[in-house]
Amino acid sequence: MIAELGHFALILAFVLALVQGSLPLAGAHRHAVGRDDGGWIAFAGPAALGQFVFIALAFVALTALFVGADFSVMVVAANANSQLPLIYKISAVWGHHEGSMVLWVLILALFGLCVAVFGSNLPATFRARALGVQGLISAGFLFFMLLTSNPFARLVPAPADGRDLNPLLQDPGLAFHPPFLYVGYVGFSMAFSFAIAALMEGRVDAAWARWVRPWTLAAWCALTLGIAMGSWWAYYELGWGGFWFWDPVENASLIPWLVGTALLHSAIVVEKRNALKSWTVLLAILAFSFSLIGTFLVRSGVLTSVHAFATDPARGVFILVLLVAVIGGSLVLYALRAPALTGGGLFAPVSREGTLLLNNLLMTAAAATVLLGTLYPLLLDAVGGPKVSVGPPFFNATFLPLMAPMVAVMAVGPFLSWKRGDLAGAFSRLYAVLGLAALVALAVWYFYRGGPVLALVALAAAAWLLFATLAEFADRLGLFCAPWRDSLERARRLPRAAYGMTLAHAGLALVIAGATGASLWREEHIQSSLPGDAVTVGGYEVILEGVRQVEGPNYLADQAQFTVRREGREVTLLEPEKRIYAVSAMPTTEAAIRTTGWGDLYVVLGDASEDDSGAWTTRMFFTPLVVWMWIGSLLMVAGGLLSLSDRRLRVGAPRRRKAKRTSDLEKETA
Amino acid sequence: MRAWAVIFLSVLVLASGTQRAGAVEPSEVLSDPALEERAREISQGLRCLVCQNQTIDDSNAGLAKDLRILVRERLMAGDSDQEVMAFITDRYGDFVLLKPPLKTGTLLLWFGPGAILLLGAGALARFYANRRRQESAGGDEAAKPLSETEKKRLQSLLKNGDNP
Amino acid sequence: MKWKFLLPAAIFAAVAVAFAVGLTLDSQRLPSALIDQPVPQFELPPIAAIDDGDPYGGGFSSRNLGGGVALVNVFASWCVPCRVEHPQLMSLARDHGVSIFGINQKDKPEDARAWLERHGDPYRAIGADNDGRVSIDWGVYGVPETFVVDAEGRIRYRHVGPIMERDLTGTLLSMTAELGP
Repeated sequence: MIAELGHFALILAFVLALVQGSLPLAGAHRHAVGRDDGGWIAFAGPAALGQFVFIALAFVALTALFVGADFSVMVVAANANSQLPLIYKISAVWGHHEGSMVLWVLILALFGLCVAVFGSNLPATFRARALGVQGLISAGFLFFMLLTSNPFARLVPAPADGRDLNPLLQDPGLAFHPPFLYVGYVGFSMAFSFAIAALMEGRVDAAWARWVRPWTLAAWCALTLGIAMGSWWAYYELGWGGFWFWDPVENASLIPWLVGTALLHSAIVVEKRNALKSWTVLLAILAFSFSLIGTFLVRSGVLTSVHAFATDPARGVFILVLLVAVIGGSLVLYALRAPALTGGGLFAPVSREGTLLLNNLLMTAAAATVLLGTLYPLLLDAVGGPKVSVGPPFFNATFLPLMAPMVAVMAVGPFLSWKRGDLAGAFSRLYAVLGLAALVALAVWYFYRGGPVLALVALAAAAWLLFATLAEFADRLGLFCAPWRDSLERARRLPRAAYGMTLAHAGLALVIAGATGASLWREEHIQSSLPGDAVTVGGYEVILEGVRQVEGPNYLADQAQFTVRREGREVTLLEPEKRIYAVSAMPTTEAAIRTTGWGDLYVVLGDASEDDSGAWTTRMFFTPLVVWMWIGSLLMVAGGLLSLSDRRLRVGAPRRRKAKRTSDLEKETA
Repeated sequence: MRAWAVIFLSVLVLASGTQRAGAVEPSEVLSDPALEERAREISQGLRCLVCQNQTIDDSNAGLAKDLRILVRERLMAGDSDQEVMAFITDRYGDFVLLKPPLKTGTLLLWFGPGAILLLGAGALARFYANRRRQESAGGDEAAKPLSETEKKRLQSLLKNGDNP
Repeated sequence: MKWKFLLPAAIFAAVAVAFAVGLTLDSQRLPSALIDQPVPQFELPPIAAIDDGDPYGGGFSSRNLGGGVALVNVFASWCVPCRVEHPQLMSLARDHGVSIFGINQKDKPEDARAWLERHGDPYRAIGADNDGRVSIDWGVYGVPETFVVDAEGRIRYRHVGPIMERDLTGTLLSMTAELGP
């Protein structure tokens, strides 16, 4: 009964999405050509609300089916099991293709609803158009779901118990990383809709940039968090201590992130200087387009990946049609309307805008590079060429060299003024930073003599970025120059977006440093251990005490006890496990990690030795600085959230007056 | 200048080998650490064909283990790194290499990023050149003197204390 | 000047076409690197004897191939899809008179013999590849795989995965007929 109600709710949502996608757009068009819109524009808000309500009902219904372990529903039987702990019954709702699509459209509807509710100060036709585009996209996805991926399909006869959720997914980090990713991917749809609406209206101005930024920033924060969570999970769960594998689906999340970051920064130039309009609109279209392409790659089977959902070419065809309609349509509209978006403030190459534009170029080139590497095997195969595989060596060789100049410029940019910057002046404040970076390079060279040169370069770059960011912050407060009371006053009056930028840029520096240490300075020891054996790793002494069997809620495990000593004193007890899950008979490895600021001690239990010696394969790693990656990611998200809370970004009534003035001024001086 | 760029880039490429241990068993580890190091490097460049996106160094699969042992055997027999790779690609094709070889089919791949960057830089240069032309042709709004109405509006804006 | 705005749409069109073609391709199957090359040099012993019995299958080497069209089939008792393709192999051997050589990969002798006894033995000769090395020489990455070898001892085709009915009539029979007796 619940399943049928859920299915019906989705159908109703689809109808409402069609309404939302048609009437407001038609109404706005009539309004634009001077005819009365017959109240059609007014349908946008209620339709958005109704769509959200029904999709939410469907989502709740699906969750209820999973929690109640109703195995007469196909997706529940395929992805959950009566022994599954409650929290994973819930996360199983989005742990498969159909359920994750419900989550996708739920978030799409939620964003649409937010625009309907909080965007009351947007011009009526603009809002109607943006909601209309959202409605069309939603209708497309709902149609896709109803036709090919119905989550409420029944399984007859119902099995007594389900298959299991993939044990790798039975983990808090991984269970909850998809929702964040989806908020990111789907959140970019707002910028997309706003871009399409602006192209339809034929006008992009500073006000538009101001409206786009909060939504894009929210999506960006969620996407950053989602990617970081996925990376963190891979690090502690996959038993190798790696955190990024240039897997096609990972790349599919990195590309929208890069484009989204470029968009955020480009929108600043539109807002402040009314320039780079057509470029920013293009970025807004591309960010969501890459989210869609990612969806296609994961669900269609054209690429092999650890992440891919069960593939079905029929689904692939449908999503491709959706892709062509949405992306193709929007890019054609762009080609037609963007040439009219001219004008804007001029600026010198060396200026705040100039550095933002340069980094935009580098980020976009990086995104294009990752896209090229990810799609190349498919492209070559499609034209009848040989089968090649593009792995981490390619991406490391091409992506990293693009990031290096970007980091260098990022440090200098905030020191330059708008329109025309004084490079020499900026550098006069940066000499101290340069010195510090050189000191760091020297320290690295001293402590890790014989290590890779790349580590030296990368850490020096991270130091350069970090200290430059802090120096710029200090500069703004007048620290060490003005009396500290003045600095405090300035700190109080400093807009939150400035704090946000400082945090986010500093966070990135930490991520770079952490990633460098974790990948290039890793120490590892593999051996066959008997109880009592000790291994020295990363300055610790790790002693195997023994291995015993333990039982979990739905698994059986071999658990090892390791005593960890440092300088003779016992520091901690680490207990890695090798689990076998009852239902799927799938083994997983749970590493035991001791985290400190300087690095992680990471211990993994391998297989028992084949002879009866009672020995076990054990692996120990020391991964320096890896925790800086997670802290840095959190700082970036925090910076983004702080920026989001900046009052200047909140679209409230006073803004409308200013926005109107800006656009009036524009009209008169055009 | 170009020489430095080449050296810098090659250092980046060569030095970017990540050290992941993965699935190597203690019984596979060679007693000669230099050979073992080479074996690890080579293994990290070979794709496990029965897995989804793992190297033979990381994978638990049977084929991966066999290939790891094979790589070590070839190294102990005195093969160079290239010869070991060739041994494997002779049997499995170029697909098994994670770093695509530079052949006619992959020219677009390897030169693509550089080409994209150059195109972007070119577009950027043209953007600035166009703007400068606009400026010298007197197109910059801010360079024109304000009209009377604009001056009055400016006054009222400043009086209302709007921040830029 | 206006044409540059069409560039994103044009690039996307190319990518979409590639995606469309990609949907028709099978990203999982690899072409063999040994097509049109002579078979690798190898020698395989028969399946080992159990207790005081005799070895089984006769063993074979690269010398046995060439001189006539033959199939080389990599199989094992622990391989489930091998069970699925077995009827087709029996049909090929019995009804169509095709010579099939079997490479028994990483199998226990008693398991292999029991499996063949139970399901039938279509093979002209069987070699036991206990350490998987000969399979690697053939570029085998999964089980089952079947190779078509021509009369000059060259590998002409590789079929990855079980041979289904349609593969039998579709590709394999026509190929063996084409390449002569």
